[in-house]
Amino acid sequence: MLRSFGSVLRRDIVVTGKDLVAFLAQVLLQPVFFLFVFGKLLTGLGYTSSGYSDLLFPGLVALTATVTAIQAMAFPLVAEFSWTKEIEDRLLAPLPLWAVAAEKVVFAMLRALVASTVMFPIGIGVLGSIPYRAGGLGLLIGVMLLGSLVGACIGMTIGTFVPPAKINIAFALIFAPLLFTGATQYPWPSLAHLRWFQVLTAANPITYVSEGMRAALVPNIPHIPGWICLLALAGSLALFGTLGMIGFRHRAID
Amino acid sequence: MEVRDLVKRYPKAQTDAVDRLSFAVEGGEIFGLLGPNGAGKSTTIGVLTTRIRPTAGQALIANLDVMTAPRTVRSLLGVVPQHNNLDRSLSVRQNLLFHAAYHGVPKAVRTRRADALLEQFSLTDRANEKPELFSGGQNQRMMIARALMHDPKVLFLDEPSTGLDPAARLFVWDRIRDLRQAGVTIVLTTHDMDEAAALADRVGIVDSGRLLALDTPSALVRGLSTGSSLQITVEPAGELGMTGLLDRLGTLAGVQRCEQVGAEAGVHTIRIYLTGEAAAIVAPVVAAVSEFGGRLAGVEIGEASLEDVFIELTGRSLR
Repeated sequence: MLRSFGSVLRRDIVVTGKDLVAFLAQVLLQPVFFLFVFGKLLTGLGYTSSGYSDLLFPGLVALTATVTAIQAMAFPLVAEFSWTKEIEDRLLAPLPLWAVAAEKVVFAMLRALVASTVMFPIGIGVLGSIPYRAGGLGLLIGVMLLGSLVGACIGMTIGTFVPPAKINIAFALIFAPLLFTGATQYPWPSLAHLRWFQVLTAANPITYVSEGMRAALVPNIPHIPGWICLLALAGSLALFGTLGMIGFRHRAID
Repeated sequence: MEVRDLVKRYPKAQTDAVDRLSFAVEGGEIFGLLGPNGAGKSTTIGVLTTRIRPTAGQALIANLDVMTAPRTVRSLLGVVPQHNNLDRSLSVRQNLLFHAAYHGVPKAVRTRRADALLEQFSLTDRANEKPELFSGGQNQRMMIARALMHDPKVLFLDEPSTGLDPAARLFVWDRIRDLRQAGVTIVLTTHDMDEAAALADRVGIVDSGRLLALDTPSALVRGLSTGSSLQITVEPAGELGMTGLLDRLGTLAGVQRCEQVGAEAGVHTIRIYLTGEAAAIVAPVVAAVSEFGGRLAGVEIGEASLEDVFIELTGRSLR
C-alpha cells in the first residue's frame, strides 16, 4: 500500500514539477504585492508605522500557507470529480479510499509549505529584513505544518460539499471573509475594543496560524499564546479532516 | 464473477436503477449486457468495480465480495469507462506507467508491459504526447491499454465502441477478441445489438434494471417465436387478387404467417414470417404471386437479430 501511495504522490509531484514557475507565480503574486504595498510602500510614505511590516510578514506567511493549501485541494478536487474524472484511475487502484484522500492532503500541504517557505527569501528581498528568531523555529514549523494541513482539509471540505457548478461563486463568497478575518493584517488581541469582530475572527482557523507565527517570530507584539494556537489548529484539523473525509467518501462512492 | 439479487436505488430516485439482478460470468468468456440507455448496465458495472454501493444483494469477483474486500477486488479488475478519464497532465506512456505503479507493478515489469501494449494498440508513435488532442478511437485504445497494465483477470468495458468510427470500432473488437484468447474474462455493456452479437459469448438482455433473458446470441435468436422473414413488393400484372394471394402465401410450407404492411400507388408490400430457411421459400412465393395476377418487384430477406429478441421481450425497439 505504501508503494501505491508513494506512486500517487509521485504523480502529483511530477506534474507540478513541470510547472514549478507557474505554480509559484500563481501562489506568490498576491502576498508579494501585499508585502510590497503595505509593508514597504505605505511605511515609506509614512502612512503606516515602521513596525507594521514586522507584524504583517508573519500574517502573510500564514495566509500564504493556508490559502495555497485550500486552493491546491479544492480546485483540482472539483475538476477531477466532475469534469476530467482523472481521479477515477486512483480510486480504482488497490488503495483504501482514505489513502487516496490522504495523498491529496499531503500533496496540498507540500505545496503550501513550499509556497510559505519561499515567502522568507522574498520577504528579505522586498522588506530588506524580516523578523526571525531561532528560539521560535520549533513553533514556526509546527504552526506552518498544522496551518497547511488545516488549509488542505478546508479545501477538501469545500471541494466535495459545494456543487461543481457553484464552486466559483462559493470561492468568491468564502475567500474575501477568510482573507480579512484571519488576523493576517492585525494582531488579534488588538481587536479588544471591537469585540464582535474579535469573536468573528476567533472562528477563522487562519487567525491561529497568523497568531502562532507572531508568537514564533515577533513575541514582543501582543499575540495569542503559541500553545493555544496549536491546540486550536489541532481542533480545526480534526473538524475539517472529518468533514473533508465524509465529503470525499460521498463523492467517491455512489 | 457473480451477481446475486443485486438492487441499487439512488437517493431520491422513484425506482430501482438495478432491480434484483442475478447472473454469473464464467472465467474466460466475453459476457455482454445489452440494453437501452438507462437500463442499469453502467450501475451494475459500477457496483462490480467497487465504485457504487449496492442497496441490496451481493456481487462477487473471484469469490470475493466487492463490498468487503474492495482493495483485493480492484487489483483483479481492469476498467474501461464510458467517458474519457485519462490523466491529461501525463503523456500516453506516463498514463500507462503510473497506472501500473498505482497497482504496485515493479518498475522493470511495467516498462516492458507499457512498450508491448503501446505497440499492440498502435500508440507507439504518439507515446510521448499528451492525450489532449486525441480522437475518440485513440482515447479508447489508450484506456484499454491502461486497464491492462496491471494484468487484470477481469476486464470491464462500458460501451466500448460508442462514438467510434467503423475502423476504430473493428480495431477495438479485434483487441477484445485477442484478450479472450489470452484468457481474460470480459464483461461489456452495450446498447448496440451488432456489437453484442459480434463479440459476446453470452448476452444478458436488461431493461429497467431487470434481466429479461440470458443465453448465447444464437440461442436467443433461435428462441424467438418468429424466425427470419421475407419482405416482398408486388406490382399488379393484371387483375390482382390480394386477399387470395395472402391466403395462399399463408398456407405455403415454412410460412408462419404473413401480412400486408404497405400499399402505395398500386404497389403492395407483404411481410412473410418464416419458420424455416428464407431461400427455400422464394420460388413458391414467386409462383403464388403470378398465379394471383401480380409481378414480383422486390424481395428482401430479413434475418432475425438480437434487436428482434429485445422487441419481443419488451415490446419496443432498442433505440
